[in-house]
Amino acid sequence: MATPVKDPLTGAETTGHVWDETLQEFNNPLPRWWLWTFYGTILFTITYWIMYPSWPIGSSYLKGMFNDITYKTDAGEEKSTHWNMRALLAHDMQNSEEALKQQEYLAKVGAASYEQIAQDADMSSFVRSYGVGMFGDNCAACHQAGGQGVVGQFPNLVDDDWLWGGDTTAMETTIRGGRLGYMPAYNTTFDTTQMNQVANYVLTLSGEAPVDAAAAAEGQKIFQGETGGCYMCHTKEGKGMHAQGSANLTDKVWTIANVSAAETPEAKLDAVKAVITKGVKRQMPVFGKEGRNLSDTEIKVLVAYLQQMSAGAGAK
Amino acid sequence: MFKHESIETNSGMLIVLTLVAISIGGLVEIVPLHYINETVEDVKDPVTGLDAVRPYTPLEQRGRDIYTREGCYLCHSQMIRPFRDEDLRYGHYSLAAESKYDHPFQWGSKRTGPDLARVGGKYSNEWQVQHLIAPRSVVPESIMPNYPWLKETDLDLSDLEDRMVALKRVGVPYSQTKVEYEANVKKFGEEVAKKLDINQAEVNLLAQAQAGNYDANPTNVSEMDALVAYLQVLGTMVDFKKFDEDYFIQFR
Repeated sequence: MATPVKDPLTGAETTGHVWDETLQEFNNPLPRWWLWTFYGTILFTITYWIMYPSWPIGSSYLKGMFNDITYKTDAGEEKSTHWNMRALLAHDMQNSEEALKQQEYLAKVGAASYEQIAQDADMSSFVRSYGVGMFGDNCAACHQAGGQGVVGQFPNLVDDDWLWGGDTTAMETTIRGGRLGYMPAYNTTFDTTQMNQVANYVLTLSGEAPVDAAAAAEGQKIFQGETGGCYMCHTKEGKGMHAQGSANLTDKVWTIANVSAAETPEAKLDAVKAVITKGVKRQMPVFGKEGRNLSDTEIKVLVAYLQQMSAGAGAK
Repeated sequence: MFKHESIETNSGMLIVLTLVAISIGGLVEIVPLHYINETVEDVKDPVTGLDAVRPYTPLEQRGRDIYTREGCYLCHSQMIRPFRDEDLRYGHYSLAAESKYDHPFQWGSKRTGPDLARVGGKYSNEWQVQHLIAPRSVVPESIMPNYPWLKETDLDLSDLEDRMVALKRVGVPYSQTKVEYEANVKKFGEEVAKKLDINQAEVNLLAQAQAGNYDANPTNVSEMDALVAYLQVLGTMVDFKKFDEDYFIQFR
């Protein structure tokens, strides 16, 4: 160590470094508060090393002590382990105030009937707040946040028209197992004349004026006969079947051909033709055990939530 | 030589020593992970004893290449952390084992869009295609760009084998020889091992694209087919119903 250099004006000790001829730096002691904070952080580090997983040792590491976490395994066994995020999560999911409250409500809703849920203000409001999250995570991407769907792609859940049935059992089945909506493409079955006739007839089923009334009459024969075989899924009256997911063509609800948005009769006819030509292939994913793994109670919450969203749900 | 003054007045040495000081911080955190046994979980199907996490099939791997090419990772992470809120929103937390064949991994930390670690099977193929072509047609408030060219662009298969060989060099168990294939049969089972055979890469890719028909256009194999195949497999390899949650806690 060189002998301390003093600043001639103040008499304070300097570091002895000189820049630009006269520029020097005082060698003042560190502020007391800063120094103690610094020692404090060192103490904190040592405590942290002892309590939490820290130093690696070969193929293992210091696991930490005085800080064990207790959780239950899926098998129901109670276990204690050194502090780690995964055990902490398990502990939180089993013991946090929110989780316990949620479990309590889920158990209550799980045991209740849909009528009881609808009549109980407490359960209804739980379904509303828990359901909106479930719906947002699982359903809204396709059926949209308000359940209105996208015409041509994803069914509307807030009208009173249900392709696969709107009673609570059918709705549960739909969510649990998913659905495959299928209508074959008729571009090779029908020639242009037949296509025109069937499309005209389909328009009349929902009370739309046909572009060509004579063609519509011919279309009825194709629809109800073996040439088209449309009746096999849509029934002779065109009312559809819930078991097949085939649309009711008589209720003026258009889920794929956007007839309601078309302004001229010709545009409406084209919209219907497009669907018959290309057919329909739609898939709703599986949300039960084989897919997204929603529990029966969670599915129940979703159905109850849908009942709140849509007056028609669960009614039939 | 290492006196305070000599370091401060010699910028070359200052740079070198600064780098050394900083790397120590990184090295003591990263290097031990390669030696600690529990870092990557051992995830074997409890019934068959086969590895649950497998390398991507050729089609999925090409989809992954497109994922990185389009920069999806800039907005989407693939890492669900073990927090209650993430568990409720995205599903089971990510395991280290689930990205062990990812080069480079796609964990990320910037979520402009949602995490995609468990997006596989969450939406139908049609939804994925529609959403990639025009995100706002299904999610009105989305700010994701449109990717309409994916469906119109044929997937480039010319360097498929080379891409797999490159990944094999960094440790992904794709097979080229009979011995490697047999090792894969033992590790992943025959059905999976067949898909990891580099010699059959193109046949396998075309077969999967044909069977999956991800973009609803069976006449070609587009980049959309590959990307959707990749998205649909994300987070689906480990079936968590088959494990006691405790099993994964024991690795930490």
